[in-house]
Amino acid sequence: MNKPSSGTGGGFIILATFLIGLMLSQIPLPHMFEWARPEWVALILIYWVMALPHRVGMGTAFFLGLLLDVIKGSVLGLNALSLTIIAFLTLLLHQRLRMFPLAQQALMVMVLVGINQLLFHWMQAITGYTGEALIFLLPSIISGLLWPWLFVVLRGVRRVFRIR
Amino acid sequence: MAADLYSAKVRDSRAYLSLLLTPLQWIVDVPSRVAGEVSELVVDRRLLIKENTYLKAEALQLELKTQQNAALIQENDRLRALLKGAGRVQYDVGLVELIGVNPDPFQHQVIINQGSEQNVRLGQPVLDAGGIMGQVTELAHYTSRVMLITDARHALPVEINRNGFRSIALGKGQLDELELNYVPDTADVQVGDLVVTSGLAGRFPRGYPVAEIREVIRDPGQPFAKVIITPTALLDKSRHLLLVDMPLPLEEPAPVPDESATGVE
Repeated sequence: MNKPSSGTGGGFIILATFLIGLMLSQIPLPHMFEWARPEWVALILIYWVMALPHRVGMGTAFFLGLLLDVIKGSVLGLNALSLTIIAFLTLLLHQRLRMFPLAQQALMVMVLVGINQLLFHWMQAITGYTGEALIFLLPSIISGLLWPWLFVVLRGVRRVFRIR
Repeated sequence: MAADLYSAKVRDSRAYLSLLLTPLQWIVDVPSRVAGEVSELVVDRRLLIKENTYLKAEALQLELKTQQNAALIQENDRLRALLKGAGRVQYDVGLVELIGVNPDPFQHQVIINQGSEQNVRLGQPVLDAGGIMGQVTELAHYTSRVMLITDARHALPVEINRNGFRSIALGKGQLDELELNYVPDTADVQVGDLVVTSGLAGRFPRGYPVAEIREVIRDPGQPFAKVIITPTALLDKSRHLLLVDMPLPLEEPAPVPDESATGVE
């Protein structure tokens, strides 16, 4: 850490991963798979907060959340709030998370994304959207199952581009 | 959040945020666009000829119908004139293309490729070849968001084409069904009836097909019958949509002429 934080580079790479996440989260899926769409942005956010807590934090989460709100057509600030809370929790947990084996990490990620989904849908319900059953929690399970692969890919990206 | 719900200024900032996301939406749409073009390129010649003959036959039939239609419209206008009723207005339509769907499965919304820069307005009805699709609920500069009639928050004033029985079609959050609200047990509603817009709220043009009645459940214990209808528009398949250009009641409150105002006094 002897270089200044702007010099450690990779800002564009981080941004690019988030942009890809935003794109993946609005790619059209067959109707039956729509319920199972992983929360790409939350996953990528959790990775970067865990890996680089000094660079990616709650501010990034808030802005990403605003963009996600626009994509999902929800009230501006819903996703911003839930992603900020996720980022905060990940910041609290990041040292422990790094120690965990992948499977245990995946479990934690499942819980974190689940909290994200819960918050989002509670707030949606307050602002007048009706949801059915607990199926909105399905993305958290899918996200958890996806985590090991995403983790390996993003770690590869981080090492190749030497982002610190 | 509360600010977004209650103030118009935040809506503008939302439009600018979506401006930021517009290129992303275009990129996401590229694969399906390319796939469409590729399948157009490599299509079989025999298939094309077959399709061509089919389309020609259909065009002929449609022309026949429009010929009759012209006469019917004339006759209708004359009859309306006799009854001293107002003539029916024909609206302009513009072709728009669908470029995305809302990733949140709880909301039935699609994104179209025109926005406030192309003079799309809030509340404009959107049709496809089958019938009513929905209405514009959110504007950005180059895109806009259309709420489909099946969204759980959407309601549409309709009537049954056969007998003019009026009702309201409520979205249920399922792509293939709507429900008619407050239909008395004794109402003349039959399976297979065509449901068209009644144009009562002034939001939608009158007489466009909405749905077909699929099921009528008459439970003697309930005050109202449960009527399930199937939308005629291909809500999850259509890519080319029609944007109807009609004056909106919200936008233009009926001007109160001075004379009548003084006349009342």
